[in-house]
Amino acid sequence: MGALELKNVTKAFGTTEVIKGVDLTVNDGEFCVFVGPSGCGKSTLLRIIAGLEDATAGDILLDGKRVNDVAPAKRELAMVFQSYALYPHLTVRDNMGLALKQAGQSRATIQAATDKAAAMLSLEPLMDRRPAELSGGQRQRVAIGRAIVRTPKLFLFDEPLSNLDAALRVATRIEIARLHRDLKATMIYVTHDQVEAMTLADRIVVLRAGRVEQVGSPMELYNNPANTFVAGFIGSPQMNFLDAAALGFAPGQVGIRPEHLEISQTAGAIPAEVSHVEKLGGETLVYARSPEHGLLTVRLFGEHHYQVAEPVWLTLQYARAFQFAPDGKRRS
Amino acid sequence: MSARLSPGRTIAAHAILIAWTLVALFPVFVIVINSFKSRKAIFADPLALPLPGNFDWVGYETVLKQGDFFLYFQNSLIVTVASLFFVLLFGAMAAFALSEYRFRGNTLMGLYLALGIMIPIRLGTVAILEMMVASGLVNTLTALILVYTAQGLPLAVFILAEFMKSVSDDLKNAGRIDGLSEYRIFFSLVLPLVRPAMATVAVFTMIPIWNDLWFPLILAPAEETKTVTLGAQVFIGQFVTNWNAVLAALSLAIVPVLVLYLIFSRQLIRGITAGAVK
Ligand SMILES: Nc1ncnc2c1ncn2[C@@H]1O[C@H](COP(=O)(O)OP(=O)(O)OP(=O)(O)O)[C@@H](O)[C@H]1O
Ligand SMILES: [Mg+2]
Repeated sequence: MGALELKNVTKAFGTTEVIKGVDLTVNDGEFCVFVGPSGCGKSTLLRIIAGLEDATAGDILLDGKRVNDVAPAKRELAMVFQSYALYPHLTVRDNMGLALKQAGQSRATIQAATDKAAAMLSLEPLMDRRPAELSGGQRQRVAIGRAIVRTPKLFLFDEPLSNLDAALRVATRIEIARLHRDLKATMIYVTHDQVEAMTLADRIVVLRAGRVEQVGSPMELYNNPANTFVAGFIGSPQMNFLDAAALGFAPGQVGIRPEHLEISQTAGAIPAEVSHVEKLGGETLVYARSPEHGLLTVRLFGEHHYQVAEPVWLTLQYARAFQFAPDGKRRS
Repeated sequence: MSARLSPGRTIAAHAILIAWTLVALFPVFVIVINSFKSRKAIFADPLALPLPGNFDWVGYETVLKQGDFFLYFQNSLIVTVASLFFVLLFGAMAAFALSEYRFRGNTLMGLYLALGIMIPIRLGTVAILEMMVASGLVNTLTALILVYTAQGLPLAVFILAEFMKSVSDDLKNAGRIDGLSEYRIFFSLVLPLVRPAMATVAVFTMIPIWNDLWFPLILAPAEETKTVTLGAQVFIGQFVTNWNAVLAALSLAIVPVLVLYLIFSRQLIRGITAGAVK
């Protein structure tokens, strides 16, 4: 229970089409991550699933039942918002219990459910505070707690961690992964963050301008991108795109990830000049400019010393390279 | 205030604000001090403070003895509070609909409602009077409440709609997912967050209603529906004006608005300092 199916869903605001026909199946218990550039319609799609926005056309099915005309509260789903969206006038406990109260549950049931969620998220000491008296991280935990309390079939997360600092983000990310294991519920998660997408997802859906570009497990997308857009979007730092003709291939582009590009001070296939070096401790990123291919990124593990303006040679690991046709599609 | 001003600018700002406060309060001050003086003393030296030599309750005695001043007060209060209530309720509801729901003609409707800000309702006095006569509402407080509600709505809708647009969509959506009705979302989520705007609207709406002489004179001049402003007119005669009584009546009339104003301004401050969503 908790399977979601979208059938040719479209959404237009006035005359601008924002979602242009999305077909998608999310299996029960799956952790599905939506990624895509800003404005591509991730939040809109999430709101359509939640019932906060009507689809212009197409069907939304939850557990095989069409829910297009079902009110949000009746869809048995919970949503966690980027801005937390806690009720400012209610205490943490009442924030978490409101949905159950609206559903007419007894006091004891609500108490038990909120206590259980609070224990899961270590919120017990905060139960009687109001949102204004909490830190950002605590507010986000309350927002997640509010979602858990309802024991929904489907969780929707819209960039829940983007307002948190780096350390808290990691902690909360791990928390969410653990919740997914414990609750075994279906989760749909929108993010801009590569690491969140790669580490949390069972399946990633890459969206661009209201269309699904590719769906697959993180490693499928990493190792087998369908086109230049997905190849460039998944993986950080971004994949390098080289001019295929200059390398002696059919016209188009050759994609190679920074970790699959070798650098040498003495010999190699592509002459280039170091333009910038980033030392991250565990790894070093060398940005080298080639006259034919432009700026290329090389990712090296450990500490390496390159000087800016130093001439270097780059070599592709051809086994790891991807060939793309001029229209961006992957050549098989 | 985030940026710190230099001392010179702080002093200048305070000097200007204090000067303005004095200018604004001066007429009120003159009214109040003279209301405690004898008629002779008022004319001899209008700016003198009420001291044992010239002190006189006669103004207040006249006002309190003169018929139904308490009734007038009661009428004024009923009219003001009721109008205020309806303006805030209907204004906020209309503003919520305009800012929250997408429907055909939304913008047009907003403009139409805002039009009333620019067209004075008094232009329609004759028509309003005819309407009230036809519906038998002349000399009732209901007539005044209806007119003042209509008068206050345009500005209320305009200001509140702008504020409601700024209320987080996520918060309203969270409420919808939790199963709150649109009314609950409106009353318990949105209204508390726009409380400062409500207080502003309340103050702007209340003062003209309390002070109005025009509509009470035309629509409800009967003895039992007189408002304070109209009631005070009995002391202003064509030949003799009972200044003591007029000044005392005006001084008394300030008190209730002052109380209402204090209530709303506390709301204003509380609204500004209350914890936001994020
Ligand atoms: N109520 C609305 N009216 C008109 N256009 C809208 C509305 N809501 C969203 N849009 C448009 O729909 C597009 C998709 O918006 P959406 O919020 O879904 O993007 P997103 O993928 O979530 O972006 P981000 O990553 O920045 O959150 C945007 O171009 C936006 O301008
Ligand atoms: Mg978004």
